[in-house]
Amino acid sequence: MPEWVTPLVAPFILLNAVIGLVTYVTLLERKFAARMQSRIGPYRVGPHGLLQPIADAIKLMMKEDVVPTAADRPVYNLAPVVFLIPCMLIFATIPFAPGLGVADLNIGVLFFLAVSAMEIVGLFMAGWGSNNKYALLSAMRAVNQVISYDLPFIFAALTPVLLAGSLRMSDIAAAQQGLWFIFYPVIGQLAFIAFIVATVASENRAPFDILEAESELVAGFRVEYSGMKFAIIQLGEYAHVIGASFLGALLFLGAWAGPGPEWAGPIWFLIKAMLVFLLITWVRWSFVRIRVDQILALSWKALMPATLVLLIATAVVVVWRGHAGV
Amino acid sequence: MTTANAGRVELDYAGSERLTMNMGPQHPSAHGVFRAILTLEGETVVGIDAVIGYLHRCHEKLAETLTYAQYPSIASKTDYVAAMTSEFAYVRAAETIGTIEVPKRAEYLRVIAAELQRVASHLLWLGTWCLDMGGALGGGATIFLYCIRERELILDLFESLVGARLLYGFYQVGGVRYDLPAGWADQCRTTVDLIEQRIGEYERMLEDNPFFMVRTQGVGVISRELAQELGIGGPLLRGSGVHHDLRRADGYSSYRDFEFAVPVETSGDCFARYRVRMVEFRQALRIVRQALDRLPDGPISSRPGLKSVAQVRIPKGEAYARIEGARGEVGCYLISDGSAKPYRMKWRGASFSNLAVLPHIIPGHKVADVVAIMGSVDPVFGEVDR
Amino acid sequence: MTGEQARAAIAERYPAATVDASALERRSLGEGGPVTVTVPVDSWVEFAHFAKTTLGCRFFSFLSAVDWKDEGLEVVVKVDNVDTGLSLLMKTRLGPGVSACPSLTMLYRGADWMERECYDMFGIRFDGHPDLRRILLGDDWVGHPLLKSYAVDTPHPPYR
Repeated sequence: MPEWVTPLVAPFILLNAVIGLVTYVTLLERKFAARMQSRIGPYRVGPHGLLQPIADAIKLMMKEDVVPTAADRPVYNLAPVVFLIPCMLIFATIPFAPGLGVADLNIGVLFFLAVSAMEIVGLFMAGWGSNNKYALLSAMRAVNQVISYDLPFIFAALTPVLLAGSLRMSDIAAAQQGLWFIFYPVIGQLAFIAFIVATVASENRAPFDILEAESELVAGFRVEYSGMKFAIIQLGEYAHVIGASFLGALLFLGAWAGPGPEWAGPIWFLIKAMLVFLLITWVRWSFVRIRVDQILALSWKALMPATLVLLIATAVVVVWRGHAGV
Repeated sequence: MTTANAGRVELDYAGSERLTMNMGPQHPSAHGVFRAILTLEGETVVGIDAVIGYLHRCHEKLAETLTYAQYPSIASKTDYVAAMTSEFAYVRAAETIGTIEVPKRAEYLRVIAAELQRVASHLLWLGTWCLDMGGALGGGATIFLYCIRERELILDLFESLVGARLLYGFYQVGGVRYDLPAGWADQCRTTVDLIEQRIGEYERMLEDNPFFMVRTQGVGVISRELAQELGIGGPLLRGSGVHHDLRRADGYSSYRDFEFAVPVETSGDCFARYRVRMVEFRQALRIVRQALDRLPDGPISSRPGLKSVAQVRIPKGEAYARIEGARGEVGCYLISDGSAKPYRMKWRGASFSNLAVLPHIIPGHKVADVVAIMGSVDPVFGEVDR
Repeated sequence: MTGEQARAAIAERYPAATVDASALERRSLGEGGPVTVTVPVDSWVEFAHFAKTTLGCRFFSFLSAVDWKDEGLEVVVKVDNVDTGLSLLMKTRLGPGVSACPSLTMLYRGADWMERECYDMFGIRFDGHPDLRRILLGDDWVGHPLLKSYAVDTPHPPYR
């Protein structure tokens, strides 16, 4: 196989794997939520509802694509794609096993955080282009919230970076072969909690889903979307959450570290990422939504200073110990 | 339903741009069909015009065309979430004019049905209110489904008692229509115990949750004066520090026979209304237990079986009967001209008076608070629009 | 203040008012029922003010009207004193063919929606109401349904 084929084939495989994963993660979440709410969840399509995601996808593809007359058409049509691209791009730097990834950049974490914040452009375009008041309010909230929570998100994610002494994802994973960073005394646990809170907020998941806020804003920025465009937005949102779950598993839970042969590494990684995802889901299905001013206050008054102090404390610890790593 | 020449209650706000946003009539948290025309200044609501009437069926005109035997089952369609209450008010008004005696057993059965209905109604309120705050795709849905699960148990009880699950026709002038089926009392006791235990779980689930607390405390404060002037009732009134419960004040039906506490909170915010209702759950269950224990034997109606719907006649006169419904004072002002149909009937819908509070308390709050406040008011639009 | 005290106070202050007009009324409203007072329409607001301040009836229960056909419309208001349990049913006859009544919105904020509903259903114009428009029916509705002259099957476009 020629050298130049790999950069073409690898992203293709990854992209499809991510889409497949997203499809089935929705089923996982629905089953999980159903159990929490003493329901059964999807059960009719296929054995135990296993074909439900496929049925949903087909249904969404076949729906009529309705564009509001008053919409800003180019912006409205482009928004789902603009939203989807960063959500998919974040998977580029994640190594799923030693050497198994699309691009193991030396600034992997930085790339992830930077690209992840780009989703706001798509959100805002969707909210603005729909020319709908609910969507507009939602877009305003989106800007507020994403800006507020990206800083704590970055600070929390940088703590393991400091501990590992590298921005390269594979280095961070390798540094945890001995001790996972979540078990690092005090700092590890605090950083993990801050990371989860910031992730929930910057992924717009309940209880921070004020963008969607279907009891006030009906569905927020995506209220006017239907059919495939809606599916793309949904896909992007879930992909983003899963990407963040992988990042969480990589930064704190030792990525592919686990018992068993080496080929089991990616499986361990997937299991850990799903655990992080279920943690986020658990939060989602047990809390009521918080108000927009309270959400901002929580970020700027509590989470931001706390993560900043944590970051500085980590730096001090690392300097004091004289070397990075555990 | 009128929107022209809208006289909005607006705050003096020194902002720049205003946005008018329609909330409803089709909206996930409209609790039926309610339209709030909000004037927004960013996220802050500075003006609101409430538009109602989408569910208006003119029950008051309808009542003039139906006999005293026919209307009670229609009355349940005003407040369809607590259908027993409206029937109760209507038959009590008719009984007051005709000075019709009601057997003791019937009075006890009426109280049991009314209190179970209060629990069912409050369960639906708790579920939908949390759904308003937590969203159908978040924590709100979880508690909503839990509450619906418990409400089903009460509807099952009603089904085996009356044969219907939503609109009952259980009350009739002079008594009640059905006696308890075999085994019903035991089933009811089991249900009551189960619900009481579950309510404790919800209480912990909500009150240990800081997000729930920040969303409800200090939000939508109704002052004591405003509450009285508007004539709002039930948990809203008691949440605003007014000690007024018609079951205690009037002691109608057989409520004087039972022990129960009347919860009062003074802060007047959403959380106070929540607290009042949570205590009312337990008190209602307590009354049901007492009534089941002391249920006397005897007839369930003081009137013989009806041969025609026009058979129930009451003398000339007028009466105002009021019931402490799940949402407050449900009143029926009835004027009889001696025929088989009322000359005039006025429904005092509790939700109508309660909803009138919205223009007074919403301006100044955020958009998200609008749904939280509206949910805490617990309007049922069948009763608002009648 | 009990019902008897209230009756005495009203009789002293407003000799023109009729308290518990008939024996029938007194009987049917019951002993614990409201004190019924019929006042002339001129002293309607003044009497409401008296009820609110002197009798302490600050709880606005409801406002409605009754169409007595040839004898004209009658406006009915019920106010309560929730502390003492006193209920007061205030009535005023507008007279045949008259459909104007002073508004109570200055005294009771709860009268706002109630008077709008009453206007909607009976066509009574409440003078002094800040925002008198239909509340339950649509703007374009013709007629006032609760009047006795309005037949139940009155056709209304576009429905019939």
